[in-house]
Amino acid sequence: MKFTDTILQTATRVLVMIILTYSIYILFAGHHNPGGGFIGGLVTSSALVLLAMAYDVRTVRQIIPFDFKRIGAFGVLVAVLTGTSALFFGEPFLFQVFAEVDLPLFGPRELATAVLFDLGVYFAVIGTTITIILSISEDQ
Amino acid sequence: MFQWLLLLSLSLLSLSVMVSIYRLIRGPSMADRVLALDAISYHIIGIVTVLTVMMDTQAYLEIVLLIGIIAFLGTIALSKFVDGGVVIEYNRDE
Repeated sequence: MKFTDTILQTATRVLVMIILTYSIYILFAGHHNPGGGFIGGLVTSSALVLLAMAYDVRTVRQIIPFDFKRIGAFGVLVAVLTGTSALFFGEPFLFQVFAEVDLPLFGPRELATAVLFDLGVYFAVIGTTITIILSISEDQ
Repeated sequence: MFQWLLLLSLSLLSLSVMVSIYRLIRGPSMADRVLALDAISYHIIGIVTVLTVMMDTQAYLEIVLLIGIIAFLGTIALSKFVDGGVVIEYNRDE
């Protein structure tokens, strides 16, 4: 069956960029505000699912030529390593430190090591969700 | 006065969610149910926005955008399911 919905496909091209930008915002907002790695990864994968619904699985695999299983494994690895690295400094598992840093473009910001853990969670969630959805929808 | 107006709008939005739920359960055709789900999601957005004004906070405004994205995705998926039965195709040229 040939599927070409011009309105949906044209709207998707704009919407995917907006949703991806919003997911990055929500990933980095999630230390003092609602958000974080898990919900950021879910929003990113919802953008990819929208792309797969408006076009097809083959196009998504072409424009994002990564193996999503490996992305998920990489995320879990980053999360576990940032968690265990606190043990080397004599602190408990998942201990975090933060510092006030004066960034050149963004002004004074608070940088925390929990962001690295959140990045790991973000990639793990993207890998898991996209692997599940794309492998369910593949019929061959 | 303003708090009473906000409460009134909250109760009206809840009432209209209930009317949509009636259409969701009774709906003669599948398209009625899809539209009822869409209407319920956007009424929930309205409820969250009124709650934001009521509690005088900005923490809920991101959730409004999030519910909007997910409602849009759900409506598109259900519409494609009603239309052809295949939500995510492997190769759309075949």
